[in-house]
Amino acid sequence: MTEKTLNAFKGTIVQERQLKEVIAKHHDQPGGLMPILQEAQGIYGYLPIEVQTMIADGLGISLSEVYGVATFYSQFSLTPKGEHRISVCLGTACYVKGSDKILEAVEHKLGIKSGECTPDGMFSIDSCRCVGACGLAPVMMIDDDVYGKLTPDQVGKIIDSYLTKKGGKK
Amino acid sequence: MTIEELNKIKKAKADLVNVRKIIAKEGEKLAKKTGYRKQVLVCGGTGCTSSGSQKVIEALEKELKKQGLENEVLVVRTGCFGLCSLGPIMIVYPEGAFYAQATPEGVVRVVDEHLKNGKICTDLLYKETVHEDGSIISLYETNFYKKQKRVALRNCGVIDPENIEEYIATEGYQALYKVLSSMKPDDVIKEVLDSGIRGRGGAGFPTGKKWQFAKASQSDVKYVCCNADEGDPGAFMDRSILEGDPHAVLEAMAIAGYTIGAHQGYIYVRAEYPVAVNRLKIAIQQARDYGLLGKNIFGTGFDFDIEIRLGAGAFVCGEETALMTSIEGHRGEPRPRPPFPAVKGLFGKPTVLNNVETLANIAQIIRKGAAWYSSMGTETSKGTKVFALGGKITNVGLVEIPMGTTLREIVEEIGGGIPNGKKFKAAQTGGPSGGCIPACHIDTPIDYEHLTALGSMMGSGGLIIMDEDTCMVDISKFYLNFTVDESCGKCTPCRIGTRRLLQFLDKITSGNGELEDLDKIEELALHMKNSSLCALGQSAPNPVLSTIKYFRDEYIAHIADKTCPAGVCKSLLHYEINPALCKGCTLCARNCPVNAISGTVKQPHVIDTAKCIKCGLCEKNCKFGAVVKK
Repeated sequence: MTEKTLNAFKGTIVQERQLKEVIAKHHDQPGGLMPILQEAQGIYGYLPIEVQTMIADGLGISLSEVYGVATFYSQFSLTPKGEHRISVCLGTACYVKGSDKILEAVEHKLGIKSGECTPDGMFSIDSCRCVGACGLAPVMMIDDDVYGKLTPDQVGKIIDSYLTKKGGKK
Repeated sequence: MTIEELNKIKKAKADLVNVRKIIAKEGEKLAKKTGYRKQVLVCGGTGCTSSGSQKVIEALEKELKKQGLENEVLVVRTGCFGLCSLGPIMIVYPEGAFYAQATPEGVVRVVDEHLKNGKICTDLLYKETVHEDGSIISLYETNFYKKQKRVALRNCGVIDPENIEEYIATEGYQALYKVLSSMKPDDVIKEVLDSGIRGRGGAGFPTGKKWQFAKASQSDVKYVCCNADEGDPGAFMDRSILEGDPHAVLEAMAIAGYTIGAHQGYIYVRAEYPVAVNRLKIAIQQARDYGLLGKNIFGTGFDFDIEIRLGAGAFVCGEETALMTSIEGHRGEPRPRPPFPAVKGLFGKPTVLNNVETLANIAQIIRKGAAWYSSMGTETSKGTKVFALGGKITNVGLVEIPMGTTLREIVEEIGGGIPNGKKFKAAQTGGPSGGCIPACHIDTPIDYEHLTALGSMMGSGGLIIMDEDTCMVDISKFYLNFTVDESCGKCTPCRIGTRRLLQFLDKITSGNGELEDLDKIEELALHMKNSSLCALGQSAPNPVLSTIKYFRDEYIAHIADKTCPAGVCKSLLHYEINPALCKGCTLCARNCPVNAISGTVKQPHVIDTAKCIKCGLCEKNCKFGAVVKK
């Protein structure tokens, strides 16, 4: 059954092999579930129910336990993320410098809300709590690039630059 | 590793590191002995990395090679210098020339003019470090550093955190040797107790007592945990220590392990701190390679090892019982205490859990003695405290001050005041669990008791400065939004209480508030304080209570007058264009992100309030002051 649903969510055999290795590595480690979920998300990009099922089977624990942990922590995502992940810092230092307006501008530009992904899969937006670049507040991250001292009017151009970089459609 | 080998490394590397501490003539003499004419320190902390310090390092190394200087000039990537707003930061020793906001282009000039030909590029230096006559003022003489006392941060911005030998050169692992070779566990506890150090994670529990309880618990297995789950948004003290001086934390954990009888340590660190995690991994591996972690440390028969566990973004996991539940691989929900972790902690075994900053002080207390440590600070709060200074302040960054320093000294002297000529309104400490200190209490000395008396708390060290443009109702709504998100949901007072509090604040900021809401908020807050399971719920009402206490008139303005005095709460304000002042330049219309402004060239423009998202760009862009916020 696992094999079948795996195909449905477009997981590959290579990914599954990697996941099995990860499960084997942490199988006997006390409290190994969290590292497994973290590494699984690294492999698949998110944690669909199929992956959670494989982890539950591999560890011999119930799916509800895996699901409980996966949904507790904000780092774990049960839905796929965009090719480019936009993360707007809503930590206090950024907030008092107006990062809520940056988030609004991003949402407006892409026509989706925080936590969602554009229909073409290019961008997803998240808000995060402090990336630690408070000296540059307000801050937004796209993938691993940090954009600091932002104003809402710069947002559009920055996002566009990713479209041209990748040659994606607008 | 033996103590002789440790001392040999220390001696070999001491000059190299000391050049970075002594400035001017002596430094030059010392530099000659090290084999490197100059040393260039570039900050590799998260703040400076975000502003591009990696590119600066690459440009520097490339240019040095090009000029054939790579064997005369040593490039060191350090941890945080503290002045994050000036990043990327680059300091050249032995002169101590402090280059601010370094760029790859600027670096080319520095290599050619300064490093090669000995002429400092004065125009690229941090202004406060240059005299009118062009001579350099030591960084430590600037307002930002003068009042600071760097204890926990002593190696941050000084050593290469990825090189254990530089840590050893600054007396590293000497305290561990001292403890293992000549102190009994009770001696260590006495020293830590006498120093007066209290937990730097927020609650301020005496560290020595914690260790004493854990030692007294009988068990074959015990654990030492380091809490590096720095969840307060806007706080980055612990991260900076891990990035700048990871071995200080490892050494202290080993000392704690010896003291309580533990052989395994865990560091629970936020996954959002990739640089810190990476440096910790390197540090742990190096410590193992040098025999300073692992089996039979210093040949004394003491075994101790450390494992890293990554958090996954849950604020509640900063609470000690939740943190341990999370390490065990479960949902990070807190559990009732007692039993306290010192009796029954991680995996059901006695556990000591200390915060990063607390641990960063331990080795120095052992080496220099309790009396040295307790000579700093106030009667009840000893030592120093690191704060992450942020918000509306000129010098955003990391500061470490002796306890008892006043808020005014931090804001006006160290912080360099409020930018853009605005007025100081309040400082927020303790993050979502803390409260505000209003301008009238700016002369309060910072220590545990004074902050608690004001209705705030020390917290982990986030210090956010707010000016007159910050709305206090909005800021408490911000914190409540945070606690609603982060409440784990296990106990009702917190799960429901935070949500209800937020609803009240939403009602007030949307212009529907009633005066009796304030009484209801206060009553609800009291119940939450008394009946929540953990500190998250117990302290969640603090931001609301303290703002009501000090800024009640602002709440009243929102409720009775339906206005937001700071001009933040959108439902209570709108933008208009004054037709008398508008020249019809179209700048506002062209910049409006939602095309809410219409009008023809040279004719007064109009804002469609239905479309307007109140971003304020038009007001910012208007050159004639025609856009007004009402």
